[in-house]
Amino acid sequence: MKPFTVHSGLVAPMDRANVDTDLIIPKQFLKSIKRSGFGPNLFDELRYLDEGQPGEDCSGRPVNDEFPLNFPRYAGASVLLARENFGCGSSREHAPWALEDYGFRCIIAPSFADIFFNNCFKNGMLPIALDAEIVDGLFQAMYANEGYALEVDLPNQLIRTPEGESIAFEVDAFRKDCTVNGLDDIGITLKSADAIRHYEAGLRQRAPWLFDVIGSR
Amino acid sequence: MAGKTLYDKLWQLHLVEQRDDGTALIYIDRHLIHEVTSPQAFEGLRLAGREPWRRDANLAVPDHNVPTEKAERAGGVAAIADPVSRLQVQTLDENCDAFDIVEIPINDRRQGIVHVVGPEQGATLPGMTVVCGDSHTSTHGALGALAHGIGTSEVEHVLATQCLIQKKMKNLLIRVDGQVQPGVTAKDIALAIIGEIGTAGGTGFAIEFGGEAVRALSMEGRMTLCNMSIEAGARMGMIAVDDVTLDYVKGRPYAPSGEQWTAAEAAWRDLHSDDDAEFDRVVVLEGAAIKPQVTWGTSPEMVLPIDALVPGPQDFEDPVKRSACERALEYMGLEAGQAISEIRPDRVFIGSCTNSRIEDLREAANVVRGRSKAASVKQVLIVPGSGEVKAQAEAEGLDKVFMDAGMEWREPGCSMCLAMNADKLGAGEHCASTSNRNFEGRQGFGGRTHLVSPAMAAAAAVAGHFVDVRELIEGAA
Ligand code: SF4
Repeated sequence: MKPFTVHSGLVAPMDRANVDTDLIIPKQFLKSIKRSGFGPNLFDELRYLDEGQPGEDCSGRPVNDEFPLNFPRYAGASVLLARENFGCGSSREHAPWALEDYGFRCIIAPSFADIFFNNCFKNGMLPIALDAEIVDGLFQAMYANEGYALEVDLPNQLIRTPEGESIAFEVDAFRKDCTVNGLDDIGITLKSADAIRHYEAGLRQRAPWLFDVIGSR
Repeated sequence: MAGKTLYDKLWQLHLVEQRDDGTALIYIDRHLIHEVTSPQAFEGLRLAGREPWRRDANLAVPDHNVPTEKAERAGGVAAIADPVSRLQVQTLDENCDAFDIVEIPINDRRQGIVHVVGPEQGATLPGMTVVCGDSHTSTHGALGALAHGIGTSEVEHVLATQCLIQKKMKNLLIRVDGQVQPGVTAKDIALAIIGEIGTAGGTGFAIEFGGEAVRALSMEGRMTLCNMSIEAGARMGMIAVDDVTLDYVKGRPYAPSGEQWTAAEAAWRDLHSDDDAEFDRVVVLEGAAIKPQVTWGTSPEMVLPIDALVPGPQDFEDPVKRSACERALEYMGLEAGQAISEIRPDRVFIGSCTNSRIEDLREAANVVRGRSKAASVKQVLIVPGSGEVKAQAEAEGLDKVFMDAGMEWREPGCSMCLAMNADKLGAGEHCASTSNRNFEGRQGFGGRTHLVSPAMAAAAAVAGHFVDVRELIEGAA
């Protein structure tokens, strides 16, 4: 996993509430058995005027000129500004994969859906929840200033604006540690292998019906 | 000290390690696997040279991509017409082979939607932690289990370690007091709750559903209710264990029997919140006030009783909600002030992990019996949740009831719930659907979904427009 420390990037808007994972990456693209390559189909239904198909080359498709991510001024954006309850709906990790593949490293919104929020960290992307008013202020500033960029400093838990303001944000210590250092969760958990085995032995005593019923092939 | 909630107890029972930073290692008893969210997880295991921690804790079943037409289905995996769908199902078969994981394959009689199959086979039991790479894993909470959806990285994590790194949620009690009227179902209760608290209302909480109206639900109804916890923003919803739970579980293929049953029953009897348990939030609904519900917009919270009028932007004070309403009306092709009962579905879908169990099909059949599909409705799909449900329905003659009415009786799978296979809506078409999500494009590009109960879907199918099902069934007001 790519470590996330201090990231500066152009900000782009996704200015609507309750953006669901179907909107982030429509289901026809879930049929891929790979983890990468979802970027061209991020927000597919909004970005293009036709219905996208998996495996299709998107470069020749009719583009929706009214969708902000297609505006030249937001090309190369890596910080997404969004509204409340971003990432609601299904648990598909294809949603963060698509955002990441497109080039986003950080998403700022007043609130996120739980599973999506969690999935972002697993992919080295940083979701930041801020007060709705602060997010609104960032929207205004971004709209007013072409080329509006933010510096996101995870170790210090600060967002620095071009106006010279610093906005503090919360992040849970474990996730911060993993994200800053690019650590693999599984490796960390396996350090507790003995504790897991110990727990399992107790469980076998207490609830033997949970074991060996389904078996293996 | 205050007593414990059901969630507190389940959490405590599965705690492997509490860490100083507030996270905990939680043991997972059952991991359910389907073809969409697992390939990248198996790939991850392979790349890291890891093996599954405990094979017998896993059970796999393909559901999202399987065709539901008899002819296409008959040829098994190799006959799946869409090559991309076929590859996904094949990849599941291969991964289960390679990693020694038990799979219920496509044409096995037990195959079906993972959230129907788990409880039906006794693979999910009271007191378990149950996870699956699918957000509707909350369904299994109906058995008094701690069940929630996970992403693919976590699928890999569970495969490799049998644990998840979790933070404890807050406790939310949703109590539905009194009794619901005849014709009002678990689906209507679920939609009414979401209408009340919103799609983010449960974010950060574990929901427990309680109250007389919930206690009165069958297991099927309880699963419908817990299924939609995620639409209320909560990863998990659960219901205390009682006789209804135990009667349902007893005798299931993977459920304990004999002495083990006795021990299990004793342990499971404690799976309820203590009388003095404290919840962080309590929401109370009056069962008697809940009417059959229909969603009019593009989020499950955009829901109203059948006798209501479609709202307009001016009905919302919050500017974000106002613009959401405007956009939803445009997408749905509806006018503010129009009666919900005037909306005419082009297609009807009865199925999905929310409403494809035997009781759902019985409720729909009760409405359809002796009537036929309205001419204006192009297609009515009835998709049982599993092969077992299908067999049971056929034994009761329900398939005939539907087919005699001009409806299609299909093979089990997710089908038009998310339109990953050939079953989907055309652009601009309205659908009365018993599924759980009415997001833009969910049931097909440009498709317009209205979420309803099976009885309400059946009523719309025969009437040609939404109608209060209580007018069509005996014994209802
Ligand atoms: S029926 Fe629908 S909601 Fe349920 S698992 Fe399948 S696709 Fe998901």
